[in-house]
Amino acid sequence: MLRHPLPTLLTSACLAALLPHAALAADPIKIGVIAEAQAVAGSSIAPAAQLAADEINAKGGVNGRKIEVVVYDNHSSAAESVRAFQRAVNEDKVNAVIASYISEVVLALEPWAARLKTVMITPGAASDVITQNIAKDYEHNKYTFHGYLTSSALAGLVCDAGKDLLVDGSKMKSAVIVSEDAAWTTPLDAGYEQCLPKIGLKVLDHIRFSPDTTDFTPIFNKIEGEKPDVMITGISHVGTQPTVQWKSQQVPIAMFGISSQATNSTFWKDTNGATDGVLYQAVSGPGVAVTAKTLPFVDAFQKKYGNLPSYAGYTAYDDVYIIADAARRAGSTDSDKLVDAMEKTDYVGTIGRVAFKPKGDPNVHGLKTGNGYITGLMLQWQDGKQVNVWPKNLASGKMKFPAFIKVQ
Amino acid sequence: MLAWQILIDGFAIGSLYALGATGFTLIFGVSGVLNLSHGAIMVAAAVAAWALAGLAGAGPWAAALGGIAIGVALATLTYFVTVRPIQRSPRVAEAEKEIFILTATLLWGIIISEAIAYLFTNNAKTVLPIVEGVVGWFGVRTPANEYFTAAVCWIAIGLLWLLVNRTRHGKALLAASMNPRGVTLLGIELSRIHLAVWLIYGVLASVAGILLGMFLGVSSYSVGPLTASAFSIVVLGGLGSVSGSLIAAYVVGYLETATAYLISPAYRTIPALLLLVVVMYLRPQGLFGRR
Repeated sequence: MLRHPLPTLLTSACLAALLPHAALAADPIKIGVIAEAQAVAGSSIAPAAQLAADEINAKGGVNGRKIEVVVYDNHSSAAESVRAFQRAVNEDKVNAVIASYISEVVLALEPWAARLKTVMITPGAASDVITQNIAKDYEHNKYTFHGYLTSSALAGLVCDAGKDLLVDGSKMKSAVIVSEDAAWTTPLDAGYEQCLPKIGLKVLDHIRFSPDTTDFTPIFNKIEGEKPDVMITGISHVGTQPTVQWKSQQVPIAMFGISSQATNSTFWKDTNGATDGVLYQAVSGPGVAVTAKTLPFVDAFQKKYGNLPSYAGYTAYDDVYIIADAARRAGSTDSDKLVDAMEKTDYVGTIGRVAFKPKGDPNVHGLKTGNGYITGLMLQWQDGKQVNVWPKNLASGKMKFPAFIKVQ
Repeated sequence: MLAWQILIDGFAIGSLYALGATGFTLIFGVSGVLNLSHGAIMVAAAVAAWALAGLAGAGPWAAALGGIAIGVALATLTYFVTVRPIQRSPRVAEAEKEIFILTATLLWGIIISEAIAYLFTNNAKTVLPIVEGVVGWFGVRTPANEYFTAAVCWIAIGLLWLLVNRTRHGKALLAASMNPRGVTLLGIELSRIHLAVWLIYGVLASVAGILLGMFLGVSSYSVGPLTASAFSIVVLGGLGSVSGSLIAAYVVGYLETATAYLISPAYRTIPALLLLVVVMYLRPQGLFGRR
């Protein structure tokens, strides 16, 4: 470029004559999306980000700059994600990155966001360690933002819903925690252990199983022997198999908690309907107008791609708007200025009002939760549909179970 | 009660392993091919059955039969794409053909598994069970489909036995496994026998894959472990020995199930692998191997 400035200048001059002034301004804002194209949760991330970018561009972009989404498939691998991140920053010159729903992947990328001084936000990972790392070394790690709930926040929201639905609503008294052995469930389980007794559910046992478990019979057998009123779940990498075996073995205990795969609209077909009665925490659900933006997003997504977004689709869509909003306020895509602007985010997205926890908080750059911010939902699969049963003001149905489940 | 549970579960899993491994060992016995795309073919048949039921609205029987048809087609394709060209190629040295075919089937399996992940995501799929409901015997609640699984496996293995030992074509098959050169001298075309074996293998692997899909569910992640488990069962039983594979399948099935119930589900596969190491050390030809 430096050697031949003339052609570039000429081209620019020609373009300037042809295009309106707004579109002429500088390069596009490039957002890299590193996601799992083959996993149900991850497959919505890139399309949702593209949808948001298209919408912003249709309205003239950000300060006259278009948003360009650059997509990298990481095949659910941390190593591939790191390579993609390096390529995104060093070769494709992206200004910010939206990355993954897998905590292990985001934890691997976090030091790279710091080294390459590039803003990164995750639309779906949950481990508390992501934000704890920022708190430990803020100056270094401040480029990472947590665009989804941390595991401990998730545990708190599950307990909030459990208090109303299980303890007050169904007179349940005891629970067994069942979760997959992964980075995100360590803080989740700690959160469960702490909050379940507080809402009045005695924890009888705590089972962590390997994510490559295929036969859940021994696990369900053990749990049934302990006679809990409910199983509190923490599953994401697995989903279909425990759900199907729960139904085919007719384990008479309700499942309640986090089941990421159940958030996806295809889960009914994946499980041949075995998911009937499964209760899962989510930040959004079909037909639930969490905010005024939720349903228009779902409609637009479905119209464009023919399926419904996974939970990380909602957040990825919001993340593009959050980055665009920060770039607009900062008047720049300089990473440090972008971080400052992101920290001042106060944006109503599809899952609620988004604001990041400030410096000094143990989960700095995590989402604020609770009243006025993000409260989450509790949905249940009923007859092929995802029905929201909590909180009351957003509920569209009542909790009910298939015949093999015993509820007092 | 626990003992009965282990007995039933172990039997169902063992039967499934036996069916999967029988096809695997049959191909090795007759044509000397170690088919490393085994797991991919099993998963493809199961995912096809799932797709026919879930996306095209077929009933459980139609979906299962459709899955078998696709599995057999894929096995045949495997033979024509990866095995036959190498067997007939003059450019590959005779001594190297085995390793070429091994690599080709491995790559072919990866292609199939990536294609499944690309088209249907890597989430686990479960095939619509043919028999619904649960059976309660001795205080143990077991899905009726588990008994069905074991029954189908044994019917399939029984039919295979009849085919090999009681029909003319089957005897030609057996002869080919003992002395390929002798069979060709008798005027039987070896490549037709190979094709027949791949067709039979396709049926066995597809049935096993679909039953596994009903019982535990499969995903593109299952491809590697399924190939590995068939391989270790066959090696444990003795390469090429069908009865050895059958017994080894139950040894592995029961060992895994007992570990899952008595120790922890997390350690499920470890004792069987340790046993494999011990057997390799003390009896490299496998429990019932001929060499």
